[in-house]
Amino acid sequence: MQTWSLVSICVLLAIIARWGVSLNSYSAGKPPMFGDYEAQRHWQEVTYNLPIQEYFNTTNNDLNYWGLDYPPLTAYHSWICAYAKTINPEWVELHKSRGYESTQHKLFMRTTLVADLLIYIPAVVLYCLYLTDGSSKKKVSVMFCFLLYPGLILIDYGHFYNGVSLGLALWGILALGLGWDVLGSMAFSLALNYKQMELYHALPFFCYLLGKCIKTGLMGRLFLLVRVGVTVLATFALCWLPFLAEPSQAMQVVRRIFPVARGLFEDKVANTWCSLNTLIKIRSILSGDSQLYLLACTLLAVLPSCIRLLTKPTFWHFKLALVNSSLAFFLFSFQVHEKSILLAAPACLLLNDLPLMALWFLQASTFMLPLFLKDGLLVPYIVTSLGFLFFSIYLLSALDHCSEDKLRLGAYNKLFYWVPKMDLAFIVRWKFYISIAAMVGLSIAAAVLVAPPHLPDLFPVLVSTTAFLHFLGTFIHFNVVQFSEPPSRKSQKKSN
Amino acid sequence: SRPTVMAADSCSWFPALAVGVSLLKCFFISAYRSTDFEVHRNWLAITHSLPVSRWYYENASEWTLDYPPLFAWFEFGLSQVARRFDANMLQVEKLNYAMCPRETAGASDTAVSCVLIGSVLLQVLQVHIHFQYNGFLFGFLLLSVAKHLQVRHLQGALLFALLLNLKHIYLYVAPAYGVYLLRSYCFTQDNKDGSIRWSSFSLLRLLALGAIVTSVCALSFGPFIAMGQLPQVLSRLFPFKRGLCHAYWAPNIWALYNVLDKTLAVLGVRLKLLEEAELPLASMTGGLVQEFEHSVLPSVTPAVTLVCTLLSILPAAASIWLRPRGARGFLRCLLLCALGSFMFGWHVHEKAILIAILPLSILAVESREDAGIFLILTTTGHYSLFPLLFTAPLLPMKVALMLMFSIFSFTALRKLAQGFLLHPLEVIYLLGLVAVAIACEVVFPLSPWQQRLPFLPLLVTSVYCAVGVCYAFLRLYASLLLRREDKPKLL
Repeated sequence: MQTWSLVSICVLLAIIARWGVSLNSYSAGKPPMFGDYEAQRHWQEVTYNLPIQEYFNTTNNDLNYWGLDYPPLTAYHSWICAYAKTINPEWVELHKSRGYESTQHKLFMRTTLVADLLIYIPAVVLYCLYLTDGSSKKKVSVMFCFLLYPGLILIDYGHFYNGVSLGLALWGILALGLGWDVLGSMAFSLALNYKQMELYHALPFFCYLLGKCIKTGLMGRLFLLVRVGVTVLATFALCWLPFLAEPSQAMQVVRRIFPVARGLFEDKVANTWCSLNTLIKIRSILSGDSQLYLLACTLLAVLPSCIRLLTKPTFWHFKLALVNSSLAFFLFSFQVHEKSILLAAPACLLLNDLPLMALWFLQASTFMLPLFLKDGLLVPYIVTSLGFLFFSIYLLSALDHCSEDKLRLGAYNKLFYWVPKMDLAFIVRWKFYISIAAMVGLSIAAAVLVAPPHLPDLFPVLVSTTAFLHFLGTFIHFNVVQFSEPPSRKSQKKSN
Repeated sequence: SRPTVMAADSCSWFPALAVGVSLLKCFFISAYRSTDFEVHRNWLAITHSLPVSRWYYENASEWTLDYPPLFAWFEFGLSQVARRFDANMLQVEKLNYAMCPRETAGASDTAVSCVLIGSVLLQVLQVHIHFQYNGFLFGFLLLSVAKHLQVRHLQGALLFALLLNLKHIYLYVAPAYGVYLLRSYCFTQDNKDGSIRWSSFSLLRLLALGAIVTSVCALSFGPFIAMGQLPQVLSRLFPFKRGLCHAYWAPNIWALYNVLDKTLAVLGVRLKLLEEAELPLASMTGGLVQEFEHSVLPSVTPAVTLVCTLLSILPAAASIWLRPRGARGFLRCLLLCALGSFMFGWHVHEKAILIAILPLSILAVESREDAGIFLILTTTGHYSLFPLLFTAPLLPMKVALMLMFSIFSFTALRKLAQGFLLHPLEVIYLLGLVAVAIACEVVFPLSPWQQRLPFLPLLVTSVYCAVGVCYAFLRLYASLLLRREDKPKLL
């Protein structure tokens, strides 16, 4: 069948999957604060009714009730959405519309997610068609699995607009892959200005562009550096323009965006500190000032991958560095939210090259069951996870491409040369089966059983620890892969 | 070799398609509920709580049991399972209780799945919003047809008898079965020129068929005949009190007839040929089931529709009697019976178009001409189902599913047929559907006519689709009667 028809069918299926999930509930929470849904509505109210200078201040704007804590671009986006006033003014009346809920409003909020579709989906389609190797059937399969990644679908339809920032970052990656450095840096700056979580991806972008600068000749080097630098500065300036009038204003915005007053972690996150907390009470050992130690830890974790990228600035290393960097930040950083694992969505970029590992990791990253149970998204979670798992294995033949060469396990052999030779591919496949079985088992248990009274948090802790182990393993693996030889073109062409 | 290639391909992607469709169905678990939901809950309650003798007499709720007894037994079985989930649902008094019998519908659907190139997709949407277990019933129909295609006639007959006792709407296609089985199964051989050889009549086979059919009917109707309730059951199964057209007009002949009548009435009043006071109140276009009369043209009674239907089926049945063309001829006749009954029947529901579309999709992959007709019928038929799903949240869903299915069927069939399947005028007609859709879903609700003429989108949809369906009907008949042999034309 022609590619365009296959592509449109896949996109339509992805839209149906997203809208199908959205027919379920959103992160409701309880009065008077409700959940993310109310936060978004409140931001529309604030941005529409108050002048720009007051978005991040406390004058008319009670910052304790869902104050804005994302960079300016989100504020502008909310302002555009606030043109809902034309449909129904009650939705955004200052102060009076707190806690407003109705089916019409829910429909409206869902429709604003079309921004996600307009930015994210085209980026995915273009990436898969132009930057993936293989037959057109393979490209469409990769695209389908990419679009079906459950984590983003479920989180975005309960918590909002991650698709926009990820989409913008994806456009940046796409542009860099095609060699359009200036456009790429502009797109990524926009992504950064939309949600500050994109900082997780900032280091790889920086190192890749810097590495490219170093590789080119003297004149080209300076030219590229200047162009990229000017673009980034200009984009930032444009976004922050209204706040640059007074330095104190800009500082206030920064303080809102990076809330250092909060604790080490909230809820049960699958990162190192929370998991360590079950064994040693880290939260009480490390005080609020120890953020510096954490920053050092994180940078230490990120460093190997970024240095490798700096010395070999190829697109392949860039993709790996993106995954490694976001994982490092997730695992070791301060005040990480569960849904930050979404930032490891660049693993989708690796679906074509390392299908099994990418798929395994993506499945583990969707394993945020307690969050979904809280939001009432159990059925969509089951359906999308099953769908993703099934279609990835079926379409990408993930389990077939399991030789040592394919999985890049050669490095392990070199590392552990003193261990007798084993069939690593076989081991990996069995580990995959066991891990999937464990996730399924835990999901069923968490959904059906009730935790014993003396261990009320049993299931969230189990889930986050399992996820943590997966993420740590993936982190180590992808670092090893980054340090081994990149795939040769010839071997790839033969297999397709 | 193309059919064999297709068969090999289909074996490999069939599980994927089945899984995909089942997962898609799960999405609709929490979607909009229709009154059908309450209907089935009520039936679960009736069969569970009341003794058998009261099943067809119960009328506490406005939705009485109006399917044949085998379906009642099925609901009874389900209610035993449902009891474990939620016993409250099964009390007859608890009207409008919200539960999830939807999951059971999903389970029985996936238990009986068939290979068809994508035509299950829109049926998914329609079935799960308008909760009527159609999925597994269609599965029965297709299995039955498949058995006949495999020359396992007794099994096919058994499946059809079961089907008929589950939902009597399949009476529409019973003549096709009857004539085909009589002609091709009971007469074991034909003469050289294809005409009937009376000497080859096999009484044994006839008796076998009869035994199967009567035993199934006995199983389902038996208890009720024993209790002497047969007239009551029949009156529940065939409620002729309902109007000529279903609430949302099915795109058949009577829709056109109604519109013609209305136009003539309006013209008559304008040209002062009629007195406005003489005209009966026009309420035929409300969204409820009511009786009405026609003002200018003669009123249509159930008897008239029956005669018309029989007349429309007759040529098809005669054709496979006189010149049987094997299983494919049977399929064509089945399709024409379904379509004819849809066109001329009394109180036809739009969903009935699916009974016609399914056999046509089997034929469409083998013949170029059928593929073209299939595209028209399926697009208009599916579009005519849109008014059934009218809540705003479902709009993107139905549009996306419809688009996806259309793209899929167009490109798949085009690849098979290697060329253009549709005449330019047909293409224009289909594009006109898009215009109608935009007008009805987007423009109309925002226009001033919303208050005065709320039925206008339904009317326009029905009439526009009726044109397409009539056209397809005529072309199919032409192809049946004018075809010389029925060798499947490999493309």
